Amino acid sequence: MKVEGKVWRYGDNIDTDVIIPARYLNSFDPKELASHCMEDIDETFAKNVKAGDIMVGGRNFGCGSSREHAPVSIKAAGVPVIIAASFARIFYRNGINIGLPLMEIGDDVEKIKADDKLRVDTSTGTIENLTTGDVFHAHPLPGFVQEIADAGGLINYIKNK
Amino acid sequence: MGMNMSEKILAKHAGLESVEPGQLITCKLDMVLANDVTAPPSIKEFEKIGKPVFDREKIALIPDHFQPAKDIKSADLAKSVRDFSRKHNLVNYFEAGRVGIEHVILPEMGIVGPGMLTIGADSHTCTYGAVNGFSTGVGTTDLAVAMATGEAWFKVPEAINVHLVGRKPKNINGKDVILTLIGKIGVDGALYKSLEFTGPGVAELSMTDRLTISNMAIEAGGKAGIFPFDEVTKAYVEGRVKKPYEPVAADEDAKYCQTVEIDLGKLKSVVAFPHLPGNTKAVEDIGEAIQIDQVVIGSCTNGRLEDMEIAAEILRNRKVHEKVRCIVIPGSQWVYKEAMKRGYLEIFIDAGCVVSTPTCGPCLGGYMGILSAGEKCVSTTNRNFRGRMGHVDSEVYLAGPHVAAASAILGRIAAPEEVE
Ligand code: SF4
Repeated sequence: MKVEGKVWRYGDNIDTDVIIPARYLNSFDPKELASHCMEDIDETFAKNVKAGDIMVGGRNFGCGSSREHAPVSIKAAGVPVIIAASFARIFYRNGINIGLPLMEIGDDVEKIKADDKLRVDTSTGTIENLTTGDVFHAHPLPGFVQEIADAGGLINYIKNK
Repeated sequence: MGMNMSEKILAKHAGLESVEPGQLITCKLDMVLANDVTAPPSIKEFEKIGKPVFDREKIALIPDHFQPAKDIKSADLAKSVRDFSRKHNLVNYFEAGRVGIEHVILPEMGIVGPGMLTIGADSHTCTYGAVNGFSTGVGTTDLAVAMATGEAWFKVPEAINVHLVGRKPKNINGKDVILTLIGKIGVDGALYKSLEFTGPGVAELSMTDRLTISNMAIEAGGKAGIFPFDEVTKAYVEGRVKKPYEPVAADEDAKYCQTVEIDLGKLKSVVAFPHLPGNTKAVEDIGEAIQIDQVVIGSCTNGRLEDMEIAAEILRNRKVHEKVRCIVIPGSQWVYKEAMKRGYLEIFIDAGCVVSTPTCGPCLGGYMGILSAGEKCVSTTNRNFRGRMGHVDSEVYLAGPHVAAASAILGRIAAPEEVE
């Protein structure tokens, strides 16, 4: 998958409670979750995000609870891929399982700023920063995890097996 | 080459002689868990697969987060879990009034035990490392697939050896141990790794201490937090765990990617400041008094009988500070009843505490003690992220039951020695 979009830039340790606060967990409707995504740290995100925009975070992105509501809310907001220095483990699994590509690029993430424009190829792991000209390569997914991602998520992967 | 405890449990459940870090494997599961927040979306995904449940005895669905239902939407969530459990005749579904917080009741009822492999759609599923099991949190899709197949994929983690030495002083408990460790290695210090506790200090820790410590492995980014099987484990699981179980021990030459030593004898009462569990500080180093509005004693971290006992001993014949609300929530029906029989609930009520039926309630900002803008709370829970317990401008300070009870009395963050 190739995508091009504007960067929403966040810092280190973005936790699942700020991605989608627990007070909204009495619903799991993706659209409703998307409408509250990130609101405790960035009120403008849910209002202004455009389909194709890319979320970029620092270290340990998605730490905290196992709520799949968190990646679901980001995906439903129209974000096709998240890039970070590193991801928290459960969030990373959940992203793969719901078919939302997550790309880990370590400290290179420092070279991506808010509102930069990126072109991302999720199948090769190549990230081009069209604003600065930098090119980065994400760590590839290991073994059958790539097959899960290619199937569009774990449910499809299991059904096709 | 020797294996550590995580590798042994994972290898056995993958049907392999041995495994090593980084290896991708598929494992058979002994128990699969979800709650009233994570089960409903799992059930929806499960239905897409079109298979029956893999084993009606190996799925535990625990309505604890927003239950007894706090509003209509939460009632709908609970209903979908209830209907699903009845339809598939699940053995481990418990109705309000016969339940408690998932990570308190699963060990307490012997549903999880040594050598067992458990996944749960709740990040604190890592709690069961305390009873020498490998258990870890997953999301709803993983859970849906596990309910249908009884299997999950894993990447074998590297392990950090947390070597415990020294004697545990009075007024220090599991919470001080784990907060100190997280303060040391950071909230991503164990990212993608498991924590394995070793050394002579292990014998100093009660099962309650261990459950608290394993519970918060995830707060260091850890996949699991495992204790060896010893006399304490044996005394706890005997008679509780009805299924046959096989304890695991690390080999002499087991590999660890890192060793961290903690001298229990040097531990101080600690508090984690907002908004990360790794922002730890010894209470005695705080300096300027931090006035508080609320105290919460409970949760899957510190809602067990020993926690109630610690808090009750401090609050006995004392009053909660006039400016503070102190909310005490036993973690299970058994803890609730036992705390009643031993007179702890009366001590709490006489001191001016709110005493609630078991629930997660305020821990995740659900209900029963939500904070307003600017309010500060000392809590025995496990997360102090921004907005976790209510308004985004409220603050949560994590601590053990000693510190929480002492703080409730003095109206500011305080060490237990200050009220002795
Ligand atoms: S008590 Fe808190 S941390 Fe534990 S399961 Fe409930 S919400 Fe999660």
